[in-house]
Amino acid sequence: MNTKSINRLIDSMKLLIVVVIACLLVSVIILCVSNEPGNAISSFFLGPFTSLRRIGNILEGAVPLIFTALAVTLIFRAGQFSMISEGSFFIGITGAMMVGIALPLPSVVHPIVALLTAGIFGAIAAAIPAFLKLKWQASEVVTSIMLNYIIQFFALYLVNYHFREPEASSLASLKIAESAELPVIVSGTKVHLGLLIALLCCVLLWFYIFKTRQGFRIRLVGDNPNFSSYVGIKSALVMVGAQILAGFVAGLGGGVEFLGMYTRFKWTSSPGYGWTGIAVALLARRNPILVPFAAIFIAYLEVGSGIMARSSDVSAEVVDIIQGVIMLMIAADALLQGWKQRLIVKNATEGGRA
Amino acid sequence: MSVFQQIFSAEFVAMWLRVATPLLFASLGAVICEKSGVVNLGLEGIMLCSALAGVIGSAYTNSLFGGFACGIAMGLILSAVFAYFHLVMKANSVLCGTAINTFASGFTVFVLEICTGEKGNSSSLKSFSFGTVDIPLIKDIPVIGEILSGHNVLTYAAFIMVGVIWYMLYRTPLGLRIRADGENENAINSVGISVNRTRFIAILLCGVMTSIGGMYLSMGYLNMFVRDMVAGRGFISLAANAMGQCSPVGTMCSALIFAFFDGLSNILQLLRIPSEFVQMVPYAATIAGLVIYAIQKTESEKRKRRQMGRKVLENA
Repeated sequence: MNTKSINRLIDSMKLLIVVVIACLLVSVIILCVSNEPGNAISSFFLGPFTSLRRIGNILEGAVPLIFTALAVTLIFRAGQFSMISEGSFFIGITGAMMVGIALPLPSVVHPIVALLTAGIFGAIAAAIPAFLKLKWQASEVVTSIMLNYIIQFFALYLVNYHFREPEASSLASLKIAESAELPVIVSGTKVHLGLLIALLCCVLLWFYIFKTRQGFRIRLVGDNPNFSSYVGIKSALVMVGAQILAGFVAGLGGGVEFLGMYTRFKWTSSPGYGWTGIAVALLARRNPILVPFAAIFIAYLEVGSGIMARSSDVSAEVVDIIQGVIMLMIAADALLQGWKQRLIVKNATEGGRA
Repeated sequence: MSVFQQIFSAEFVAMWLRVATPLLFASLGAVICEKSGVVNLGLEGIMLCSALAGVIGSAYTNSLFGGFACGIAMGLILSAVFAYFHLVMKANSVLCGTAINTFASGFTVFVLEICTGEKGNSSSLKSFSFGTVDIPLIKDIPVIGEILSGHNVLTYAAFIMVGVIWYMLYRTPLGLRIRADGENENAINSVGISVNRTRFIAILLCGVMTSIGGMYLSMGYLNMFVRDMVAGRGFISLAANAMGQCSPVGTMCSALIFAFFDGLSNILQLLRIPSEFVQMVPYAATIAGLVIYAIQKTESEKRKRRQMGRKVLENA
């Protein structure tokens, strides 16, 4: 066994432990609070597989998470901690809505223009904290979170004052043109073309991060900005570039989610996919090709908790608790490090003897 | 015009002090943490959980003190989890904090629903609040009395804590260790003091301060817990700490600046501006504050470098 395969073994064991603990924790919480725990647990874990529509729900739920997780992956790979994917996603929804309502375009062109607008809006949002850091070293963590709030209120303002359905009693936008909607690809479900776009983005970003020069620069800057500056890479610009691209991806995700799943803008606050995306990106070990699997796992938990909330007395928020725990455990670098150390030492001493 | 009149009124100043209280507590907590070299992004989640724990604790124990103890305990538990995962399990502090916040937003709604059957607020629970204090003599002075007297007991405590934290950091052995931790951990290691242990204590102290700030929101500012009631105050406190350069007094000043805009947004609601823009004000002010501070810092560094260069030239 060489070091690479030891690393892989430890990583998969860690994932396994996290998944098992997450599932155990769900069960324990349900056992503690529910009067009918058997029913709740089975609807949580098995409910999502009971019909084609529910399996479809998992895939639909995974789509926005894939996009935000890809954005988070790019940002984290560049060594930054901008939390802007939440804001970029929401402003992306808004951008797609504006094009969907206001621009009359033919059917194939319409979604493309709407999605590009969504992506560009997201990129602009992500550029703000990146530039503030580039120019004046203002911490991107806090500025990006503050910007998320500003974007949320700005989007609500746009809907409320410029695109509001006058007859609706609660906040809802006008209906988007039918030509802008993304087509459903699996009949009997709501799984839409966005799933394919998301998977395509995963492959493209995997290629970009691991197989291109710019991707190598991003990884290098993220691992050690001083070193990459010494070898002549403009670290600051690479960081900004990665964040803008991440903003584009998150904004695109907002557009895809909106055009695929909704006909009106009905949110009253930012939906939180950006934060969940962090958990997904960490689960996928910041590797774009693994992101869809992690997204499907989290979406499975979310669909399960939704079914459980409808069919038993446990509320769906249990899934947020689990996500927090998953993030903590995945982020714990020291978990299983002792075992890894021993394996490597054993491996090395045996190698010496042979 | 009426807005200006309102800003220069005694009621506004009194409200300003009220909205500053939670920011002050949390940002003082952030000062302790950051002095020891830890960025605690979990403030937001700790405030939220403590706000709920205080309400539920006081409702079930039927006493204010019970609620206070529950809130503090909640803050300590979450801080200990944060500290354990960050210091022992070597998790990145930003990720740890985000995990705590994610956990908190789900956990509070989950527990709220179990206790009250509702997901929005805790109005059906009979919880206690911290009382207000009238300062004798001062309360009879016309304007000053209106501003300084009749506040929540925690508001006075917050301003007293500025001095207490300053004394703790700069005049006690523990404070010295915490500051040394942040400035040079090798130095403190070399004299045989555990870096991690000191940081652990700092994070726990931060948790206590933050949870009092959270409890003020649900047991003083309002009389109940409302879902997501912290609304970014934990993050704004971090910004206040960054702008105050980690000193208790500087942090108090920047917390007061941010609180001013928070209070301003309460008044602007009377104007005919779309309410969304009014709600943006505190967050926009925080970004503006951080950026102005960062510009001024980079400029002064540039100036210093230029002076150094000139000195070198003169000597040569």
